Amino acid sequence: MVPFPQSVREVVPWSAVEPQSVAAEAPPAGALAVETIGMTKRFGSFAALDDVSMKIEAGGFHALLGENGAGKSTFVKCIMGFYAPSAGSVLVGGREVAITNPKGAQSRGLGMVYQHFTLVPSLTGAENLVIARSHVPAVIDWASERVALDAFMGRMPFRLNLDRPVAELAAGEKQKLEIVKQLYLKARFLILDEPTSVLTPAEAAEVLGLLRAMADRGDLTVLMISHKFREVEAFARSVSVLRRGRLAGGGRVGELSRDDMAAMMMGARPVRTVAGRSAMPAPARAVLRIADLKATDASGLRPIAVNDLAVHAGEIVGIAGVSGNGQKELADVLGGQIRATGGSVIVGDQIYGGRRAQSRALKVRFIPEEPLRNACAPRMSVAENLAFRAFDRRGDDPARPPTFWLDTGAMSRRAKDLIARFKVKTASSEAPIATLSGGNVQRVVLARELTDPVDLLVVANPCFGLDFSAVAEIRARIVAARNAGAAVLLISEDLDEILELSDRIVVMSDGRIVYAVPAAEADAQVIGRHMAGHHAPSATA
Amino acid sequence: MVADTAHPDLDSAGSPSPALQVRAWIARRTEAVAIPLGAVATGFALFSLFLIALGKSPAGFLDLIYRGGFGSPFALQNSLQRAAPLLFAALCVALPARLGLVVIGGEGAIVLGGVAAAAIAPALAGLPPVLGIPAMALCAALAGAAWIGAVGALRAYRGVNETIASLLMSYIAIALSNHLIEGLLRDPSSLNKPSTRAIAEAFRVGPMPGMKVHWGLGFGVLACVAAWVLTERTTLGFAARIAGGNVRAAQIQGLPVGRLIVGFTALGGALAALAGFFEVTAVHGNANASLVAGYGYTGILVAFLARQNPLAIVPVAFLLGGIEASGGLIQRRMQLPDATVLVLEGLLFVLVLMSETLYGRYKVFSPHLWTRTRAAAPVMAVAS
Repeated sequence: MVPFPQSVREVVPWSAVEPQSVAAEAPPAGALAVETIGMTKRFGSFAALDDVSMKIEAGGFHALLGENGAGKSTFVKCIMGFYAPSAGSVLVGGREVAITNPKGAQSRGLGMVYQHFTLVPSLTGAENLVIARSHVPAVIDWASERVALDAFMGRMPFRLNLDRPVAELAAGEKQKLEIVKQLYLKARFLILDEPTSVLTPAEAAEVLGLLRAMADRGDLTVLMISHKFREVEAFARSVSVLRRGRLAGGGRVGELSRDDMAAMMMGARPVRTVAGRSAMPAPARAVLRIADLKATDASGLRPIAVNDLAVHAGEIVGIAGVSGNGQKELADVLGGQIRATGGSVIVGDQIYGGRRAQSRALKVRFIPEEPLRNACAPRMSVAENLAFRAFDRRGDDPARPPTFWLDTGAMSRRAKDLIARFKVKTASSEAPIATLSGGNVQRVVLARELTDPVDLLVVANPCFGLDFSAVAEIRARIVAARNAGAAVLLISEDLDEILELSDRIVVMSDGRIVYAVPAAEADAQVIGRHMAGHHAPSATA
Repeated sequence: MVADTAHPDLDSAGSPSPALQVRAWIARRTEAVAIPLGAVATGFALFSLFLIALGKSPAGFLDLIYRGGFGSPFALQNSLQRAAPLLFAALCVALPARLGLVVIGGEGAIVLGGVAAAAIAPALAGLPPVLGIPAMALCAALAGAAWIGAVGALRAYRGVNETIASLLMSYIAIALSNHLIEGLLRDPSSLNKPSTRAIAEAFRVGPMPGMKVHWGLGFGVLACVAAWVLTERTTLGFAARIAGGNVRAAQIQGLPVGRLIVGFTALGGALAALAGFFEVTAVHGNANASLVAGYGYTGILVAFLARQNPLAIVPVAFLLGGIEASGGLIQRRMQLPDATVLVLEGLLFVLVLMSETLYGRYKVFSPHLWTRTRAAAPVMAVAS
């Protein structure tokens, strides 16, 4: 099969293709097979997806594995018509189709359940289902809709109360309703994007078990994005692994071991080391100690429980983990944005509460992720943003009370000095910081936080979205802080960054620390297995 | 240096000459003046269309505003008298605005402050005026601080929207004040217009030297200057600006965001209440329904026209005070309804809000344009 030339695919309006293809497929029933051939998606010169060909049989339950940024989401978005692929084609039911928008995908029997809920919370389940249809009559005849819905629900394996507002449903019920909605919209090929991230293990097992049963009956084909080996082995029939936009391998579940899958996900990974790393002084003191810490985010969905974590002076401890496994919540507890519900955070010899005077006395610094969003005031000037940490400091002694008068002259001189020393590219020190590029915003934050002696540095995803040269410079500055004796807690979703910078590596999964290893002995595949929720090598699902 | 000439935009080390920096500074400041003035001019233009539609002359209207608000010593004194409470009321908007809060409940704090001053006055009867008057002012300020500070606390600790909360609290304050004036605090001799007992002559606040305008104007200007110093020249004000600019960044820096919010809203409420204090002790002589005169709402317009800058509030309050002072003359001479001035104020407010989106859009105000030397400019043109 020769793929359509790109230009032709772009100019054919899907409405022109639509009528005959729907007519040809009516009445729709049974699972759909989907195949991609040479699927490629480039953003500028960067190939997020590179020549991925995958075949998912009708009635299959296929898992898509990969790290953050491996191209999983890009792949399904290309199938669903959110993105126009740069090259390659999609076959639905063995026939090549041009899907240019999500509605087109829906009309061909493809459906997708997102990681986040898309239901209207104030409406009931029944109302959510009916308004999701592409052609809802202006006046809805609820009596006949109810009869149709009851008949439909009678064919579904899911038991749901459709009369309650969605806001009152538990997360598992919402997820079921999302799936039921897709089936109600006549999806015969269902994509699930990390469907269990919001579910308890019991809810996850129930939902995936029901879907697997539907697939086995030949009613449905499922493509599930997952990070969890346990789920993949328990429910999927076949698996594909993406790595850096390319298909790294795949096969039938049962024929592949977890080590095989981890090897495909991680690949061969030489650990690069940053130059200038000095040896750790042998008996270093622990600067940060976390004991039995418990906390939860605002939604209460992501509890964390960190039993024991210590970071010593002159050491970088890297926290690896798939996004959404509690790392952000841990950083927020340390930064004072979430209050812990139990346990203790001890810095030096004090219980740490995140107040300004205390973090100044203990020399604690934070470099949060997305610096413009979390560490800067976008409309204030570069000079003002550079002054956030020290504007009220009286001399070098942290015990003295903060000053009352603002010394704008000193602020301006300090800004010019820091801009020169950290090579911040800005029109002037008075320009709003929002006018700077991402790398320069991060330089401003580093200049602010790393100029005085640091005892504890907490860094989250410091290089996310930055270009290559900025990344190298920022990593070198973090290592320089470590060499100067700071204890560094590095939270990153980029495993390469963790491997490159850390002295010790800790893996978080489901809000807990599940694995710890000195960087010298670290094996990327073992780490990857723990990130995927597989902690005890002997345990089986 | 080669790199510097090739990319003057990115130049950080070599700073331009002082003369160019002055030009850049002027350009940046001009924007903050030109855009509100443009909004006011547009507002007057639209209002002129409104007048023409009513068959009235816009020129005559402007002439009456001038004569009623600014044209004679009497008119000027009248305008300044009305400007005094506007200064305090605008600060009740501008101070919380530093924290990114939109507080519109100043009217309630004004009324409550006036009633509090009138309520405490009999109890202070034995004191010398030099103690009694400040005690009344303090009592008024505490009432206002508690009222608007409560709005801040609801925002900081319970996430309640401060705009809605302050508006509703304002209604409660007015209802509460009416209840007190018509009940507990009512002077039995006030028959047609329920009022509190008259404040003793010794406790009345007099006019400023050489003027008929009371001391509220002087203290109002002083409060504006002090508020500017607080927000621009102290670390407290800077901390508030950080919290207003990005609350997450303020939290990461360990700043006490909750206490800053409560402190700034309480200060704003205290100042608004002082407006009520001066209305009672210098204008009315007792607290009655005349306290609910809309100064709190006009103060919102003043603060937004002044772009929340405490110093700019002074001239803007004078201008708005003049427009309000001319209302009576316009009503009589042009046979226009009393609400005409409100239409003008509403138009101005909408246009000022719309003009907020224009900042940074005009190249002529860009400091960039003015720091470039003539020699470098053609290079830039080629490069870009």
